[in-house]
Amino acid sequence: MTQPQFTDFYTILPFTILVVWACLLLLADLFIPKDRKGITAFLAAFGLAGTMGYAITQVGLSSMGFSGMVFLDGFSTYANILLLISGLLGIAVAYGYNQRMGIERGEYYTLLLFSVSGMMLMAQAADLIIVFLALELLSIPLYVLAAFTRKLESEEAGVKYFLLGAFATGFVVYGTALVYGATGTTSLTGIFLSASNGTSGLLLTIGAALLLVGFGFKVAAVPFHMWTPDVYQGAPTSVTAFMSSGAKIAGFVALLRVFATAFPSISADMTDILWAMSAITMIVGNFIAISQTNIKRLLAYSSIAHAGYILMAFVPYGNKEVMSISIAAGLFYLLTYVLTNFGAWAVVISLEKAEGNPSTGSGQRGLELSDYSGLARKYPALAAAMAVFMLSFIGFPPTLGMVGKFYLFRAVIAGGFNGLAIIGVVTSLVSAYYYLRVVVNMYFREGDPTIEREPGLAFTTMVTAVATVALSFVPQWLFLLASTALLK
Amino acid sequence: MEFLLQPLTLLTFFPLVGALVILFMNSEMKTAIRWVALVTSLITFGISLWTLSMFNASNPDLQLEAKYPWIAVAGWNIYYYLAVDGLSILLVLLTAFLTPISLLSTWTAVEDRVKDFMIFFLLLEVGMMGVFLAQDLFLFYIFWEFTLVPMYFLIGIWGGPRRMYAAVKFFLYTMAGSILMLVAILFLGIQTDTFNIPTMLVRLPDLYATTIIPQTQMLLFIAFAAAFAIKVPMWPLHSWLPDAHVEAPTAGSVILAGVLLKMGTYGFLRFNIQLFPDATVAAAPWIALLATIGIIYGAAVSYAQTDVKKLVAYSSVSHLGFVMLGLFALNPQGVAGAILQMINHGLSTGALFLLVGMIYEQTHTREIKVYGGLWKITPIFGAVMLIASLSSMGLPGLNGFVGEFTILLGAFGSKAIGNPWYAGISAIGVIMAAVYILYMFQKMFLGPAGEITQHHELKDLNWREIITAVPLIVFMFWIGLYPAPFFNILAPAVEKLLSALPL
Repeated sequence: MTQPQFTDFYTILPFTILVVWACLLLLADLFIPKDRKGITAFLAAFGLAGTMGYAITQVGLSSMGFSGMVFLDGFSTYANILLLISGLLGIAVAYGYNQRMGIERGEYYTLLLFSVSGMMLMAQAADLIIVFLALELLSIPLYVLAAFTRKLESEEAGVKYFLLGAFATGFVVYGTALVYGATGTTSLTGIFLSASNGTSGLLLTIGAALLLVGFGFKVAAVPFHMWTPDVYQGAPTSVTAFMSSGAKIAGFVALLRVFATAFPSISADMTDILWAMSAITMIVGNFIAISQTNIKRLLAYSSIAHAGYILMAFVPYGNKEVMSISIAAGLFYLLTYVLTNFGAWAVVISLEKAEGNPSTGSGQRGLELSDYSGLARKYPALAAAMAVFMLSFIGFPPTLGMVGKFYLFRAVIAGGFNGLAIIGVVTSLVSAYYYLRVVVNMYFREGDPTIEREPGLAFTTMVTAVATVALSFVPQWLFLLASTALLK
Repeated sequence: MEFLLQPLTLLTFFPLVGALVILFMNSEMKTAIRWVALVTSLITFGISLWTLSMFNASNPDLQLEAKYPWIAVAGWNIYYYLAVDGLSILLVLLTAFLTPISLLSTWTAVEDRVKDFMIFFLLLEVGMMGVFLAQDLFLFYIFWEFTLVPMYFLIGIWGGPRRMYAAVKFFLYTMAGSILMLVAILFLGIQTDTFNIPTMLVRLPDLYATTIIPQTQMLLFIAFAAAFAIKVPMWPLHSWLPDAHVEAPTAGSVILAGVLLKMGTYGFLRFNIQLFPDATVAAAPWIALLATIGIIYGAAVSYAQTDVKKLVAYSSVSHLGFVMLGLFALNPQGVAGAILQMINHGLSTGALFLLVGMIYEQTHTREIKVYGGLWKITPIFGAVMLIASLSSMGLPGLNGFVGEFTILLGAFGSKAIGNPWYAGISAIGVIMAAVYILYMFQKMFLGPAGEITQHHELKDLNWREIITAVPLIVFMFWIGLYPAPFFNILAPAVEKLLSALPL
């Protein structure tokens, strides 16, 4: 075992900067008066932006550090930037919301920073031990954040997320142990070498399957999705927005990395499992979403459904020729999903009320679909943005969602999985039904909704909506970025 | 700059300029907004005439190409590629022609959310132009899907009482068709390593001879046909059409009937017939069967309607059946007649929807039986309606006759269909058209004055409405009396299309 060199830290410098900044912020927050927690929010955002500045300079770099424990490559840099964007948007939607809901405490932002740093470590992990470490670092702050409101539903969400999350982490650890037993190493490249030497067997396959269970929980893939609607509904909406983007990216990035690097040799077994998981996730997520009337639950099921679409990118992972396309497609779709998802949640937060008004009947807190009635007439820009997000979720032009699905389906068909592509397009059609219900309410029904105007929300909504439309006309740069995000 | 000044780029995206201008206007300035929209669409029509002046009718190939690499990374090979040929030029002109007419018809009919209406309408024009001009499958698919969005809003916001149901049904139905096309497009794109249609046409014959077996070709044909058949709509996939048409605002119905349905028949022409020649020949008798059923069914159901707008809507099913029959006759008369009939249907059904909308604006009812004796009170309206009706039923001397006659001629002698009975039975459809159209005309315009006619102060057409209707009437006579210029434009391209088929 060699001592860590100074150069080792360069490979994970964005992560290091963020962790150090978060620790400092934890201390600094003690000296920031209670009514001025905006400063903490600003400092946290500053830290994220600074980290992103450094992360961008790493584009094109490729190396390993800490005796092969972490990777630095196009893939990790792409994921890091995406995660930092999620963090920034997470703060942008949270600041005003927390004030309104009376949960403005400095820890919120430090926890968020720790969680982002865990996600970034996940993207760079080259060893199953690091994967486990990163998983805990990203999850534990999220458990706390989910329970942040200290209301019954929020606490329920936190506890539920924690218990099931801990359970899922157990699967990851056990899977790691079995993989170690099968191959004698936890290094991803080591596993690959060992497995291709023919020492692999049933043990390795079971280990990989257990890892899939653990990550399947994080990304909310069926059948490990049961927690999602309850946690997404109960958690503060700002946390949900961040969680549904960030944790999903981290989970998928880890899955892609681990499977593509360590487990190509057992792809024959895994491909069928992934195929079925992807198909059932798309089907269950989209069909259950149809019957939802609460926007938070609707978006929760939509998030499950989208996990299914992204999982499609994994199915051809054993096919060397298609693998690079499908990884790029998966990464591109993650970006699409993050932008659209944050935008949609920002609109939800705009309409959410702290306290229900009993006189208005059902939609007391602005979270029912019926509360969106008449939005287009009163707030045309907000409604137009929401319509863009809904179209993007369906995969309709002119939005990024359409390009993302095109890319994804192309990878799947290139891999020869025409049946899965057909399931994908058919479930997209199903999804159009419930996404359009939001549009129908906003545009075709009359109502008198009220919204909260906050700069962070306005910023998030506008930036994501404009990006969702504009980037769909010039996706080639993002394609280039995603397709150079190769695994080392 | 060179990119922007391509005639076809200008033609496609000029309405977007108008939409952007309107976006920044105060929504209270309704008249100004209407004028901006109208002028935009008129300039677009001007650009389409400019395009026509540069179009070389004797050249069967794609012309006026605007071709730039768009998404050229990682083996994508997607082009921004617009071009026009004899198959599409008339449809492009029809689109540019019908849009200002539709906008003019909304002058007093649309009072609510005028700004949004005009933006959606101009966006719709962008989408329709793009569909007819795109020569890259990815680009085509984007435009194809995009047209759904503004139309969905037009029906859903400004439509009739059941507008929400109609809008969602329209969206889901049409999307259901195009998702399978998406899979087929991706499959073709991967097999041929391009999305560019002319290049694809060069590469496909080799693939058909080697890797793509006839069954696969048939599946691809069906996937494309599903999208287009729903749009046309072919029997039995037509059930979205009456709902969408009846609930849509007048301008929406005009564009829906005039242009959007033609996107389906154009799709068959440009994609199914060109890309899948063997499957086309194999499927021709079946398509002819469905088309014939559609002709008779549409006509019979039209006759049963009590709502005049529904009557016109179902007559579209019948008329579009003729177009499909002509296309899959796969001989020069049939295909040329079908293309001309697309234009004719756009003119005559467009005019009928326009006129029905004008009377509905005054009376707010479309029940045939409450009218009666209208001609006495509104003679100009009656005369215009008569011409449009006769054109729709195919009276010699008007445009509908030329199209239907050529189609039937083609279908009788078609080797691909292989059975003159389809044409024979379809000819009955022409007679049935006369029955339901004349029945409608007689009940509404002749005879004793009906309930509405008695108790309502009905005004005849005003100048704006006359200006809206006259251009359509002019073309009905022109095509009816002297169709040669129209046939000349499309003949070379049709010859070229058919020469590639294994007949």
